Amino acid sequence: MAAMLQSFGVSSASVAFSDHSAKLSVRSLPVIRSEARSISCPTNGTRCTRKITTKAVAVENPASAASKPGHELLLFEALREGLEEEMERDPRVCVMGEDVGHYGGSYKVTKGLADKYGDLRVLDTPIAENSFTGMAIGAAMTGLRPIIEGMNMGFLLLAFNQISDNCGMLHYTSGGQFTIPTVIRGPGGVGRQLGAEHSQRLESYFQSIPGIQMVACSTPYNAKGLMKAAIRSENPVVLFEHVLLYNLKERIPDEEYVLSLEEAEMVRPGEHVTILTYSRMRYHVMQAAKTLVNKGFDPEVIDIRSLKPFDLYTIGNSVKKTHRVVIVEECMRTGGIGASLTAAINENFHDYLDAPIVCLSSQDVPTPYAGTLEEWTVVQPAQIVAAVEQLCQ
Amino acid sequence: MYKDMVTLQTMDTIFYEAQRQGRISFYVTATGEEAINIASAAALTIDDLVFPQYREAGVLLWRGFTLQEFAHQCFGNKYDNGKGRQMPAHYGSNKHNYFTVASTVATQIPHAVGAAYSLKMDGRDACTITYFGDGGTSTGDFHAAMNFAAVMEVPVILLCRNNGWAISTPVSDQFRSDGVVVKGQAYGVRSIRVDGNDALAVFSAVHFARKMAISESQPVLIEALTYRAGHHSTSDDSSKYRPIEEIEWWKEAQNPVARFRKWLEGQGWWAPTSESELREYARHEVLQAIQVAEKVDKPDLAQLFTDVYDVPPSNLIDQEKSLRESVERHPHEYSH
Repeated sequence: MAAMLQSFGVSSASVAFSDHSAKLSVRSLPVIRSEARSISCPTNGTRCTRKITTKAVAVENPASAASKPGHELLLFEALREGLEEEMERDPRVCVMGEDVGHYGGSYKVTKGLADKYGDLRVLDTPIAENSFTGMAIGAAMTGLRPIIEGMNMGFLLLAFNQISDNCGMLHYTSGGQFTIPTVIRGPGGVGRQLGAEHSQRLESYFQSIPGIQMVACSTPYNAKGLMKAAIRSENPVVLFEHVLLYNLKERIPDEEYVLSLEEAEMVRPGEHVTILTYSRMRYHVMQAAKTLVNKGFDPEVIDIRSLKPFDLYTIGNSVKKTHRVVIVEECMRTGGIGASLTAAINENFHDYLDAPIVCLSSQDVPTPYAGTLEEWTVVQPAQIVAAVEQLCQ
Repeated sequence: MYKDMVTLQTMDTIFYEAQRQGRISFYVTATGEEAINIASAAALTIDDLVFPQYREAGVLLWRGFTLQEFAHQCFGNKYDNGKGRQMPAHYGSNKHNYFTVASTVATQIPHAVGAAYSLKMDGRDACTITYFGDGGTSTGDFHAAMNFAAVMEVPVILLCRNNGWAISTPVSDQFRSDGVVVKGQAYGVRSIRVDGNDALAVFSAVHFARKMAISESQPVLIEALTYRAGHHSTSDDSSKYRPIEEIEWWKEAQNPVARFRKWLEGQGWWAPTSESELREYARHEVLQAIQVAEKVDKPDLAQLFTDVYDVPPSNLIDQEKSLRESVERHPHEYSH
């Protein structure tokens, strides 16, 4: 689209994989994000641009960015940093969940916060997800800004009633009288042999609920930015973290930044094919991308980040450029994010597609425990390479 | 208090009839529970937050919600402050600290606990109160919320309207415990059982519960024994599962409104002439409210898409556009 004055964000492209340990070191390049996106305004005339602005870590001279200080941390620390900054900034922000207090959370995202802010602001709850989610909703309607942690996302299935019928609906059914600014977060996705019940992909089940927003983080940079954005949002936001990504290391800026909840992230611009992915699969895709580049392909990789609503603007521009789409997800084939995304792209960009959309997902099976079986159920880089090769014939 | 009890009774009767006449689609009465509704509300202040189930319109009435506002909500017209989004009798008013009714059973109980937690954090001189029926005490939400309230030591009053019936399920099929009051004990929550048809008893109980809840930052469970003299809702005919004589007995002999009136008359504070005047007046006001509400337009198309989020996202904007096109193209297919 030559007429467009937008510049796409370019973010970290090099990912070094150390085998089988969850520790990934990511060398980050300067991140430039476009501020001047035009978003169509709603019919009631209010402005659509959010009060949270994406703070561009824009640098005049890319070379000097490499020497910019920033600080290195792991993804779970980035989440905690974002959380802590928001708790510092706004006394209404509080955390609720099992073992989030002195234990610091099962993945240490809330470590140290109870000592700093007290037991009331970092609340340990008894084991009743539906009920502490309900509690958070009640607190939110009364003026607090609670963050609910599901020890594992899968446990939040117990909270489905509260999330769907109350969290998602009460703002609407009350005629806008009561807002529910909560954040629901936790680790999900397929881990390392955690068994079926601890390997749920809840984004599949929740995506239909009207009234909630869903985002998935995948790097320390976007984890912190999305956490802050989610907390500041007036709507209920579900923030999906992944069990295997908590120890990712990255250098993030020292100065404050907040990301947009509705934007996708351009990971690697390209010309031949658009690969859409999110969360952990981003890393499988980037590994496949390396192989593809060696084979002479030029894939464009987008981390969609916003699972509800989809950033059809960024995705659409990519489709219009490459005309071929591969979706790589961890959800199961039936009713996953990929299924919805396929429908959305077909509906909106059908004319720009040269071939049917390819969607790589997990099979419709519970995640088995045995290592080999579990590996077969998750989309692997080799499959991604094969799919792109076939698509681009 | 008595005037509001009579008004509630009148409103219930007439709205129920309105549903039968096809003027509104649905209604829930509080027949037989007027004392619980009004007396509990009277013992609270406007700063106390109310998390109702759906049989507590009287609490909202006491707080100042007008008959006209009730009617607007039942007709789901454009003056409904819920913007026509909820079923009739699912009232909500942030002005009156009365949180919007959701049809889900007992989900409001954890909300009340969470809100009480919020009050505790702010150190406010207020409590929350939540209402639910005997059936609601079987849900997971009830148990966990009770437990939370006790562990977290928050100022919440949990008022169970034990009216004997959960639609067609009698309490003997609902639980085998000695009512609901013992359940509070099990969680370490101070509990009291009170005659729910005695307006003065309910008033006292809630008054003291409020004091305890706020000064000690503790939950209190009140089991108010009563009887659901009306049907579960307009979709129910309770004569199918319980004897008519039983219903009649509770409606007449045990009527909480009549009981309170007798006491007032005994004190010399109420005369029979006042009674007929009041009932005439209430009836007239309710009918008037219905007639006005019936004529008001329903909310317009834009209200289908607002308040889903704070600002409509692009997919909803698209959906609204395509709906408008469809309505414009085929106006005869849509009833409005």
